[in-house]
Amino acid sequence: MTQITFIDATGQSRTVQAENGSTVMETALKNGVPGIEAECGGACACATCHVYVADDWVEKLPKAEQMEEDMLDFAFDVRPSSRLSCQIKVKPELDGLTVTTPEKQG
Amino acid sequence: MTETIKTDVVIVGAGPVGLFAVFELGLLDIKSHLIDILPKPGGQCAELYPEKPIYDIPGFPMVTGQGLVDNLMKQIEPFSPSFHYNEMVEALEVLGTPEAPLFRVRTDGGITFETKCVVVAAGGGSFQPKRPPVPSIEDYENKSVFYAVRKMEEFRDRTVLIVGGGDSALDWTLNLAPIAKRVVLMHRRDEFRAAPHSVNAMRDLVAQKKMDLVIGQIAGLKGDNGQLSAVSAKTNDGVIDIACDRLLPFFGLTMKLGPIADWGLNLHEQLVPVDTEKFETNVPGIFAIGDINTYPGKLKLILSGFHEGALAAQKVQRYVYPDKKVIFQYTTSSTNLQKKLGVA
Ligand SMILES: Cc1cc2nc3c(=O)[nH]c(=O)nc-3n(C[C@H](O)[C@H](O)[C@H](O)COP(=O)(O)OP(=O)(O)OC[C@H]3O[C@@H](n4cnc5c(N)ncnc54)[C@H](O)[C@@H]3O)c2cc1C
Ligand code: FES
Repeated sequence: MTQITFIDATGQSRTVQAENGSTVMETALKNGVPGIEAECGGACACATCHVYVADDWVEKLPKAEQMEEDMLDFAFDVRPSSRLSCQIKVKPELDGLTVTTPEKQG
Repeated sequence: MTETIKTDVVIVGAGPVGLFAVFELGLLDIKSHLIDILPKPGGQCAELYPEKPIYDIPGFPMVTGQGLVDNLMKQIEPFSPSFHYNEMVEALEVLGTPEAPLFRVRTDGGITFETKCVVVAAGGGSFQPKRPPVPSIEDYENKSVFYAVRKMEEFRDRTVLIVGGGDSALDWTLNLAPIAKRVVLMHRRDEFRAAPHSVNAMRDLVAQKKMDLVIGQIAGLKGDNGQLSAVSAKTNDGVIDIACDRLLPFFGLTMKLGPIADWGLNLHEQLVPVDTEKFETNVPGIFAIGDINTYPGKLKLILSGFHEGALAAQKVQRYVYPDKKVIFQYTTSSTNLQKKLGVA
């Protein structure tokens, strides 16, 4: 099991167990973490699973693919740490990952 | 005022479930009109996952979202349904009685229908443009902020800020550049998803100083009484003000329940409760099928929506042809049904 911490826009933090092989988005939904809508269910077609990855994790994650980068165009207030959480696969190396959810998914 | 279209059934939503309802109604000689805010059929399957495989459509070990929609369109062809795309069903008014229902249905584009029954197949709600989460943007909407270009004239001799990097943003940049006073295109990065030839055309216009390109993101709006005077934008050089009197943000679509909430239907957590015999709502003559409805044990699956449409059609038949004797028939063996399908 891998631990992931979600911080919402008000600063409240929740640490949950994530299943390896699932995605960060699925982990959020399964644990009732607010702030992620995931309207398209992980098809990389909605950008309502936008998160900001903690600075020290930005480089450690596999780079976003073209499709994810393109879909980020549909998110708001995109920053260098922006990712779509449905495209981040959970694996043991991600233990301790921290992501912040934006104020609004749009 | 355009004239009123008279019909048996109006189907709100051309997702997979609305499409298959045309088939079940058609077998019972019931003619339908389909209305969708999207420019194409298929609802979520076509808009959200056209290329993804679906594995649980009975009889299809695998079919893609778009593949299913294409097949459904072919399957309902014999009934030549009328499609009204780019139209949002806004108002629904009861004209008839519970025994002999009649409704007036109106779209935002001004089309009016008089129909005996309404089948709400609105799925997760209507697909609507995403609005940038900046304060008080609602005050400007349809005055100086637009999410689509319905009339080009609205933009003539205006300073138009277009935001986005896809085909809508680029196409409107190129179309409006000749008639606007000035077009400014803003995008979060200097890379565009849009078709390469439109991106090249845009870059040519920038090189000829006929328009401006800004790399940045919307941070706020400035103006008065719904009239925009500038948009503040976050750029690599800090926050700047871009003077403009029209804003066109293109950030894709999101599903919103929309006007359905105002039609006098009972709602339970944004869903329409129905019975499981006829899939009728609390208003006799209005049915709800597919993702939009709820009942004990409901599963939001395409196959469930197909079943719901078949059963709803039986009750619709009793409203549309009150005196007809109902006989149950199979498409495999009934020449009557096969004639309707154009195969006998
Ligand atoms: C990524 C993903 C994968 C999925 N995979 C599967 C799967 O494997 N198997 C499965 O069975 N299901 C799957 N689903 C669910 C399936 O797509 C839905 O159950 C199905 O689309 C519901 O069909 P529908 O016709 O009820 O509604 P929708 O497909 O949501 O279509 C409703 C249509 O109504 C329109 N509309 C709504 N209100 C209005 C209005 N007021 N005026 C005009 N138009 C309006 C909308 O614009 C929309 O086009 C998946 C969904 C997603 C997002
Ligand atoms: S869930 Fe839709 S893009 Fe991630």
